[in-house]
Amino acid sequence: MAIISTAGLARTFQTKRGPVEAVSGIDLAVHEGEILGFLGPNGAGKTTTLRMLTTLLAPSGGAATVAGHDLATDPGGVRRACGYVAQSGGVDTQITVREELVTQGRLYRLDRARAAERAEELARDLDLTELLDRKCAALSGGQRRRLDIAMALTHRPKVLFLDEPTTGLDPRSRAGLWDLVRRLRDEHGTTVFLTTHYLDEADALADRLVVVDRGVVVAEGTPAALKLEYGGSADASLQDTFLAITGRGATPADTAPVAV
Amino acid sequence: MLFHDTALIYGRYLRQSLRSRFALLFGVLMPLLYLLFFGPLLTDLPLGGKGSSWQLLVPGLLLQLGLFGASFAGFTIIIEKGQGVVERMRVTPVSRLALLLGRVLRDATVFVFQAVLLVLAAVVMGLRAPLAGVLIGFVFVALLTASLAALSYALAMRVETPQGFGPTINALTMPSMLLSGLMLPMTLGPAWLDVLSHLMPFRYLVDAVRDAYVGSYATAHMLYGSIVAVALTILAVTVGTRVFRTAGA
Ligand SMILES: Nc1ncnc2c1ncn2[C@@H]1O[C@H](COP(=O)(O)OP(=O)(O)OP(=O)(O)O)[C@@H](O)[C@H]1O
Ligand SMILES: [Mg+2]
Repeated sequence: MAIISTAGLARTFQTKRGPVEAVSGIDLAVHEGEILGFLGPNGAGKTTTLRMLTTLLAPSGGAATVAGHDLATDPGGVRRACGYVAQSGGVDTQITVREELVTQGRLYRLDRARAAERAEELARDLDLTELLDRKCAALSGGQRRRLDIAMALTHRPKVLFLDEPTTGLDPRSRAGLWDLVRRLRDEHGTTVFLTTHYLDEADALADRLVVVDRGVVVAEGTPAALKLEYGGSADASLQDTFLAITGRGATPADTAPVAV
Repeated sequence: MLFHDTALIYGRYLRQSLRSRFALLFGVLMPLLYLLFFGPLLTDLPLGGKGSSWQLLVPGLLLQLGLFGASFAGFTIIIEKGQGVVERMRVTPVSRLALLLGRVLRDATVFVFQAVLLVLAAVVMGLRAPLAGVLIGFVFVALLTASLAALSYALAMRVETPQGFGPTINALTMPSMLLSGLMLPMTLGPAWLDVLSHLMPFRYLVDAVRDAYVGSYATAHMLYGSIVAVALTILAVTVGTRVFRTAGA
């Protein structure tokens, strides 16, 4: 049984310069407990897809269900079932880590005492305990990312959407995050849908990859299967495989994006 | 749930206001300056109408406070959109309407606090007005603040940058202030200006509050003012709700 399934999911933005077709029709099935790597060059439509699947953005075409809830008819159900870490995070820098965590608990309808308790638990799980009474502005990039993730885990979501969760993290924080993602899946059966530009990360972490380009799915399969099919052999690098699929490299996060 | 969520959002943003006490006081600074340096100019002028010049000026200053304070409320949401706070809240099951109402109620609260300061200062300067009238004045201007704040948030949800937002708000608030007769009654001016000012909804509010300040409660001004205040509130909350329900689209 697929926990996420989409059929022809599409989104066109109306801009002053005419329509921009960000996502042109995506068909996907994600299995329960799977870690799915959602790859694609800059502007491929990854964030737009995630925003649709988390009810932030109304699709302009197609349909989807998340954890058994239809996106169009039961957005409330979708929201209760999923957690989302946006590409750029989402905390108010002027308030403390504790207040953000507690507020998040309250937004998920925990009572005051439960929300305070949950904030402590999440801080423990994500190694934020020492930082609880600091303002979010005083966190490092990696600490901030851990806070974003803690907030998305508040209600123990069945499905977790992570948009470039490890961009800007040092190798140790990145490894820590991979462990966390694996632990969530192994211990809680959480389905994780994550985007990344780090192909080593996709290789190490994801059970299956979906590659999108220009708003459509251009390839999908296990990392090994994709390497074999597009890279020419099972030992091909995922980098070469990715290039073969999209006709251009995954933009390394530490250089300016290449104009396409 | 709507009540729970509204209280939660209200609390969050009220704490935000309390953290910036300076901004809280700064908001009253402009009307206070008018009170101190402009008010005394009026005391001996023939302004028409009943009561003292203070009973005429203070209602106008209250509306000015509400008008400017609330119109710019949307700035905060533009900042929060940039930080990703708005989307982070919108993926939770929180009521969309509560995201609007919690903020608007915060703005109304801040306004009432500032208005009380202003009226107290006016009393020191020489204002004498019936307590009931003063309270009625607060109700009118609180409704105005809530309506304008709701519209301001709705606009801010739709624009991308503060650069697109600020000039629009300025272009709307300045003429509204001048044409509503907030500083001096429009009846002093030529007929065309008086007629034009009747196209401004704030004109009806300021007339109603001025009547309240001289203790005339059963007047046509009061009736029109109430109708305009209620209509404006309904309109603003409807527009705001619609935008907050579909935002991001
Ligand atoms: N609000 C918007 N209005 C207009 N166009 C948009 C909007 N949001 C995204 N787009 C466009 O839609 C396309 C897909 O954008 P999206 O953010 O989904 O890409 P992405 O795959 O997440 O890229 P990246 O890897 O750089 O994060 C891009 O061309 C982008 O410019
Ligand atoms: Mg993106």
